[in-house]
Amino acid sequence: MSSYNLTHLAQLEHEAIFVMREVAAQFERPALLFSGGKDSIVMVRLAQKAFAPAKFPFPLVHIDTGHNFPETIEFRDKLVKEVGARLVVRYVEDSIKAGRAVEEKGPNPSRNGLQTVTLLDAIAELRYDACLGGARRDEEKARAKERFFSHRDEFGQWDPKNQRPELWNLFNGRKHQGEHFRVFPLSNWTEMDVWQYIAREKLEIPSIYFSHVRDVVNRKGVLLANTDFITVMPGETVEKKRVRFRTVGDATCTGSVESDAATLAEIIQEVASARVTERGARADDKRSETAMEDRKKAGYF
Amino acid sequence: MSDTHYLSMDLLRFTTAGSVDDGKSTLIGRLLYDSKAIFEDQLEAIERATEQRGEDHLNLSLLTDGLRAEREQGITIDVAYRYFATPKRKFIIADTPGHIQYTRNMVTGASTANLAIVLVDARKGVVEQTCRHSFIASLLRIPHLVICVNKMDLVDYKQEVFDEIVAKYSEFASRLEVPDIKFIPISALHGDNVVDKSEKMPWYKGGALLYTLETVYIGSDTNHVDARFPVQTVIRPNSDDYHDFRGFAGRIAGGVFKTGDDVVALPSGFSSKIKSIHGPDGEIAEAFTPMSAVITLEDEIDISRGDMIVKPNNQPQAGQDLEAMICWFSEKKIQPNGKYVLRHTTKDVKCVVKAIRYKVNINTLHKLENDLEIGMNDIGRIQIRTTSPLFFDPYKRNRNTGSLILVDEFTNATVGAGMIL
Ligand SMILES: Nc1nc2c(ncn2[C@@H]2O[C@H](COP(=O)(O)OP(=O)(O)O)[C@@H](O)[C@H]2O)c(=O)[nH]1
Repeated sequence: MSSYNLTHLAQLEHEAIFVMREVAAQFERPALLFSGGKDSIVMVRLAQKAFAPAKFPFPLVHIDTGHNFPETIEFRDKLVKEVGARLVVRYVEDSIKAGRAVEEKGPNPSRNGLQTVTLLDAIAELRYDACLGGARRDEEKARAKERFFSHRDEFGQWDPKNQRPELWNLFNGRKHQGEHFRVFPLSNWTEMDVWQYIAREKLEIPSIYFSHVRDVVNRKGVLLANTDFITVMPGETVEKKRVRFRTVGDATCTGSVESDAATLAEIIQEVASARVTERGARADDKRSETAMEDRKKAGYF
Repeated sequence: MSDTHYLSMDLLRFTTAGSVDDGKSTLIGRLLYDSKAIFEDQLEAIERATEQRGEDHLNLSLLTDGLRAEREQGITIDVAYRYFATPKRKFIIADTPGHIQYTRNMVTGASTANLAIVLVDARKGVVEQTCRHSFIASLLRIPHLVICVNKMDLVDYKQEVFDEIVAKYSEFASRLEVPDIKFIPISALHGDNVVDKSEKMPWYKGGALLYTLETVYIGSDTNHVDARFPVQTVIRPNSDDYHDFRGFAGRIAGGVFKTGDDVVALPSGFSSKIKSIHGPDGEIAEAFTPMSAVITLEDEIDISRGDMIVKPNNQPQAGQDLEAMICWFSEKKIQPNGKYVLRHTTKDVKCVVKAIRYKVNINTLHKLENDLEIGMNDIGRIQIRTTSPLFFDPYKRNRNTGSLILVDEFTNATVGAGMIL
């Protein structure tokens, strides 16, 4: 028997590195979309490995909703410094001020959808021709149909019915002027793979992923953090609960889950026995069955 | 199970095929559900959707047929990738829809698969689609085929029915080149021989499907003989510490490379020795398929993307004329003398289709030498001439260096997938 076998995590890692190098080779102005969440932290580690001992040849681009958990921003700035990357931030707030996007009304106005405007403006302004993202196919059913190399037309739109077939490891990144690509090196990873990789690599992640006590509001079954960005409605109560976040995003729609998991090993245990998907706690996806597809078609991450 | 059992799990990619109503969704649903890869919120969502559509049994295809058009028309447009894991292995399923765009989707799913499950309805036996699915699996060189004879409950779990299907299939399969074919009698609906061995079929001595998926040996499926390293990009750090570092990044497409190996770069033909090999975690002594690596050489020779590093005593074929089996994905038929962009490993060249040899009837495997119109979802054999030489192996010998895609020069769409003969 030969010993030429790789573990599943190693295979996923080698695949993601291959995809990142294809991006560097096939495009002129790539960028890595960075939210400060666990998937983008894994992406940064993979990018470091893909181009070592050189620095990775793209900036980190954060589309900032302004609705952040302070822990994530602190973490972002620390990480950027450590890896010596260039950080580009574009603010949804600025798009709203410029009249390019309109703030939602209601008790938890989410800026999630508005990120699309800011993102597409940033891509046009900075002339990015490929944006690497940490999205995975297991996250959501519209994402399950994504390619590694996902083509976007000149309006930034995704046409899910007309995607290029992707065979073997042959990625077709050819495009016309004004079009761009979104590239997803973690396509074949699951939430579990991401956690196992974080544990294997001993990656640091923002503290909000671990169990902590915080004030939350139960809004239609989603435990929202009580922040300045949401309005507590009559009939709702603010409770102290021991929670952690499974994803980090716009604080107005990212729900927490009750949890005692305080270490990576405990998180892995918890994910193994979880009966709800990580996006199950996100109010933005609960809006309709095809909420994600509709946002993605318009140019969302 | 230890906390870190995942550090020894491996990965199996498989594809599933079957005609409509053979029970593919039921089978996948069961595998996912029993391995806890379906979550409550997903289940609730599909229960809601099933109810709204007025259907009575849970429609698991709604799990990944997430696109609006798919839900509205009740069809699956595209290959859906699904994931599950057991303590031994992680599995990636390329679930290919049974009807529309069949060839395109199955070829896509099959291109990266280690194994294919082909479903046969016990009551219907081997039908035209069974042959078609098996042919595509064999054309794409999937090394392991598992024929699941489903709905055994509807034939009273009788051994004769199963044996007859096995005999009939084996006769047909002698025309295919699949090294490993297994047969399993199952009932996807009742779970017989899916996750656990069935007590209703004591005459069946083999393992349940999940056991087969967990234990099928895939270590020898990849080519570890012919060393091939297509260069993706060159890594040159802009720092004083690594002033002289010049590494060639790529994915090992075949064989094994070790430090100290004599190598030759193609097309230049310059030779050198491997100075160092770098994996994701730093320097390593050897690298093999499908690892991503960076290789540095003892001598400064000019190498760039699209070049290939190989060993002097084992070189690939080189040339501008290729014969290939092609699967076509475009509404515009293959144009004799048509020009396309050809992507092979990390190299893009232009090419012209010199001749169409024949089209294959994918149900009967007959060669149609009088029908040379290769349109959407057709498969045929063509002759190609490229503008500059390619370095390749027959697809049969190496799926990485024997595969290519054709791209339309004007629309940039991927219009064909080819396997070099
Ligand atoms: N009796 C019986 N019915 C089955 C079995 N597997 C699937 N079916 C039924 O066959 C029908 C078609 O199954 P489905 O999984 O939707 O088929 P698909 O079109 O191949 O995905 C459904 O009504 C299933 O309940 C089986 O093993 N036994």
